[in-house]
Amino acid sequence: MDNTFTNFKLELDAQNIAWLGLDKADASANVLSSALLVELDGALAHIEAHAPAALVIYSAKKSGFVAGADVNEFTKATDEASALAIIRRGQEVFNRIEKMPFPTVVLIHGFCLGGGTEMALACRYRVASTDEKTQIGLPEVKLGIHPGFGGTVRSTRIMGGIAGLEMMLTGRNFSAKAAKKAGLVDMTVPERHLRTAALSLIKKNAPPHRAGGMQAIAGLPVLRGITAGMMRKKTAEKANPDHYPSPFAMIDLWERYGGNERRMMEEEARSVARLIVGDTAQNLVRLFQLQERLKGFAKKSGQPVKRLHVVGAGAMGGDIAAWSALRGLTVTLQDRETKFIAPAIKRAAGLFKKKLKDPRLAQLALDRLIPDPAGKGAASADIIIEAVFEDLQVKRDLFARIEPVMKPGAVLATNTSSIPLEEMAATLARPGQLVGIHFFNPVPQMPLVEVVQGAASSPAALDAAFAYVGAIGKLPVPVKSSPGFLVNRVLMPYLMEAMVMESEGIPAALIDAAAVRFGMPMGPLLLGDTVGLDICYHVGLVFKEKLGAQVPPKLEAMVKEGKLGVKSGQGYYDHRAGKVRPAAGPSTPEMKEITDRLMLRYVNECVACLQEGIVADADLIDAGMVFGSGFAPFRGGPLRFARTAGKAALVARLEELRVKYGARFVPNPGWNAL
Amino acid sequence: MGSSFANLRPVYVVDGRRTPFLKAKGPRGAFSASDLAVEAGRQLLLAMPFSPEALDEVVFGSVFPDATEANIARVISLRLGCGKKVPAFTVGRNCASGMQALDSAAKDIAMGRADLVLAGGTEAMSRYPLLFTPEMVEWLVAWGKARSFGARLGVLAKMRLAYLRPVLGVLQGLTDHVVGLNMGQTAEILAHRFGVSREEMDAFSVESHRRLAAAADEGRFAGELSPLIDAKGNIYDFDDGVRRDSDMEKLAKLKPVFDPKLGKVTAGNSAQLTDGAAALLLASGDAVKKHGLPVLGKLLDFEWAGVDPAQMGLGPVHAMAGILARNSLTTADIGNIEINEAFATQVLACLRAWNDGSYMKNEVGDFATGFGPLDMKNINVDGGGVSMGHPVGASGARITLHVLNTLRRNGGRKGIASLCIGGGQGGAVLVENVERADG
Repeated sequence: MDNTFTNFKLELDAQNIAWLGLDKADASANVLSSALLVELDGALAHIEAHAPAALVIYSAKKSGFVAGADVNEFTKATDEASALAIIRRGQEVFNRIEKMPFPTVVLIHGFCLGGGTEMALACRYRVASTDEKTQIGLPEVKLGIHPGFGGTVRSTRIMGGIAGLEMMLTGRNFSAKAAKKAGLVDMTVPERHLRTAALSLIKKNAPPHRAGGMQAIAGLPVLRGITAGMMRKKTAEKANPDHYPSPFAMIDLWERYGGNERRMMEEEARSVARLIVGDTAQNLVRLFQLQERLKGFAKKSGQPVKRLHVVGAGAMGGDIAAWSALRGLTVTLQDRETKFIAPAIKRAAGLFKKKLKDPRLAQLALDRLIPDPAGKGAASADIIIEAVFEDLQVKRDLFARIEPVMKPGAVLATNTSSIPLEEMAATLARPGQLVGIHFFNPVPQMPLVEVVQGAASSPAALDAAFAYVGAIGKLPVPVKSSPGFLVNRVLMPYLMEAMVMESEGIPAALIDAAAVRFGMPMGPLLLGDTVGLDICYHVGLVFKEKLGAQVPPKLEAMVKEGKLGVKSGQGYYDHRAGKVRPAAGPSTPEMKEITDRLMLRYVNECVACLQEGIVADADLIDAGMVFGSGFAPFRGGPLRFARTAGKAALVARLEELRVKYGARFVPNPGWNAL
Repeated sequence: MGSSFANLRPVYVVDGRRTPFLKAKGPRGAFSASDLAVEAGRQLLLAMPFSPEALDEVVFGSVFPDATEANIARVISLRLGCGKKVPAFTVGRNCASGMQALDSAAKDIAMGRADLVLAGGTEAMSRYPLLFTPEMVEWLVAWGKARSFGARLGVLAKMRLAYLRPVLGVLQGLTDHVVGLNMGQTAEILAHRFGVSREEMDAFSVESHRRLAAAADEGRFAGELSPLIDAKGNIYDFDDGVRRDSDMEKLAKLKPVFDPKLGKVTAGNSAQLTDGAAALLLASGDAVKKHGLPVLGKLLDFEWAGVDPAQMGLGPVHAMAGILARNSLTTADIGNIEINEAFATQVLACLRAWNDGSYMKNEVGDFATGFGPLDMKNINVDGGGVSMGHPVGASGARITLHVLNTLRRNGGRKGIASLCIGGGQGGAVLVENVERADG
């Protein structure tokens, strides 16, 4: 057999079984680029011509099966027609696999995502290794599209309409065990048995798996409409169809064409072509690329961080310690007494159970999280993070005790959100070792971490901080030491504007509904209640002092009354009856003014940050605000939004608001350079 | 009688940590034996200037680890992050398993096979299993073999309700295999032989609780005790077997448990079923210098002696006599002693035997005279098993650590820790309070 392919290894064994190994040239992982798909088509033709007894497809890479399609090609699709042509070609290649007259088996070890899963679904049998690295899924929805190489057709046929759609709508990955349960794979075996399993399936030659039972019944024409309606309703609770059209497009596809595979295939391609050139997909793909850029900051450093010491076992410190232990670091957690550490251990136990599932792994994570009231772990830590009370003297005193025992080269980090690094560094013997590593609350959910460069921070210390943030699976963004850094700096005027509006008599729920309507995960007032109004007030005062910002008098009054938000039961909302859900509601004329006041202050502050060089460029502002505060991802970030909405129009609107509401709406000079 | 480590490499104790000793209160305790040892071990190691991978081996004593904790020392080692390359083994010498771990580790250091060894003992007595009766086990095997409906009916007919009566693993474990006496009955035998009265036992118990409470209040465990936190955020930070309101009147109301009705040994004057662990870091002089380690003391010698299983409580007398003789010492040379309190009467019997010249000459040997008297005033100064509990695998390591800490506090030079061992043995370790490695 020919074996001169660039991206494949092809062998015919003694039993006349063809083994096709995916091995994308010059890449560590298999990605389905257009070029690779073209070559795959040729390889399949070559295999067909040899009429083997069976075909087994596997990955020749060390890591994973296929990571998906080439995301970078998505951004190049400018018009629907050319996108459609590319998608059709991919469909034809996979149809070719499905139509092979002999058994086809795919072996999945490690990740198998997007187009990789679609390729697997085109094979007659699928075998997954039980390794914990095995993750099978169709995450296209996260990029604003849906599967386009027959994935919507085959997943709903093989797994059933409900299970298949659920996989695609959530974009969630399946472990081997879950994949077997859902009917996504035929067999799960340890990696060492993958090839034997393929041979046994070929020998058995059973008919391919199809969904049965309830899954099949839900797909019957009479019930499909009802099922689709239910799924549409459930999906609308999570995503606004105006903002995120792709999940609704999938449900439509299945409802309308679920009974006709050939037609569904055609419509799938048309739907993806339509979505891929739309703003949402283009913005989400760009964010995906920005995410890769942030990950890149973590990769340049050499020294691995193995031991972490955290001082302060409160909500932030405790969760930083727990998250780091979860990700494999040995962590010592210090606070004045054991009783202040115990609640953090309890939260960590819950986190480990939820994230790791296997009780043995959860046990090992707990073993790595060591209560350390005496602070003895500081001496052997690679990084020490303080997350104690926001008070300069408290932090200086702490550093005075820790600095003399630190290992040479160890990094001292502060999680402060309001105290300038330079003031802390002033009393240090080696100020170059101090950096900011600023997490967001709640730590397990928030992907972004600001790595703060103080005036004296050494490059080596910053590199170690980036490496640490990368090692715990968070996204580092380099920021300059300046009040509020990036994320809080931008959020503050937005929060304060919401509070001013509320004092003017606009209902809190209406203000929040406007923000949610815009695409924020929750409104600013509920965000304030969640963060804690005392913290908002405290940060507001710092901003007042450093940046001349205003603090609404009502906020001060509420803090003095003890109305601190969720933690005290009362704030802008009453939390005593249970969890307050983000406000929602239809768009009303009065919302327009509210949205403008909120979002223009937000964007204007982003422009100010860019102007002041808080981060290096506009892309980092977009990435920071999306990953750090959940700014509407489908809009691609605040500055992307500003460009889309039109610079001139926004500046003109700011001027109008300035006349109406005052100097806080003065357009930042940075708009000119944007 | 052999020789001590004197002509081999010296063995240093760098430091040690233990968990609080937690009384078994009925339901399973919050921690398995490896959980307990991991807490003691990681608290000890986190203060060290080397990583856990730098250890040469891990040795633990444990009498009944959980069924999932085979070779529990290896489980502990891996959970401590020592990595796959650090070997680990588990030792058993019943109630002295924790001390046996120290002896085994010390020998490897003395011989030059190891420089840094984590050694200790652990026991989760509250988690001892309930067992099926042998009859039930046989019935289950028959059931498993029965394939047809008829055969199953036949097996079902042979089932007896009595088969379902569970066997307490803890009772089996604390019963001598050869003489068939439980440990409490061996204590009754000692009480009878040495004429220890119920009042003397109860008074011993009151004093043990008083000493433990005073030691805890005065912070005398602060340097060795590390709190435990369970997954629910509950904190365990003291030896909770202590009864601060213990008095003669209350103890007098308790009924004898081992020789019902006529006996004298009660739950009140015996060591309680308890969970706990202790870990010590042992090092050669080279390792002390290489890593700049602190030194708590030196392990000078170990001695093991066999006695009548029915009078196993006298073991310490024989082991301590042996260790003093080999090292040419008398009780005047010994600052503090820990004799594990399995039973109040057992320690009292040891003292009477020791202070009885004819017992020493006739039962221990011709060499065993002239050691000088033993007195409770420098024995178990901070309480013992009767108040603190006796997690069998852990106690030997705990009392060794504690006698070192006591010597350091009092400025004493040499000390002994000793235990009686179910099955009829005694063990003792001779330690020395030194602050740095020789040479």
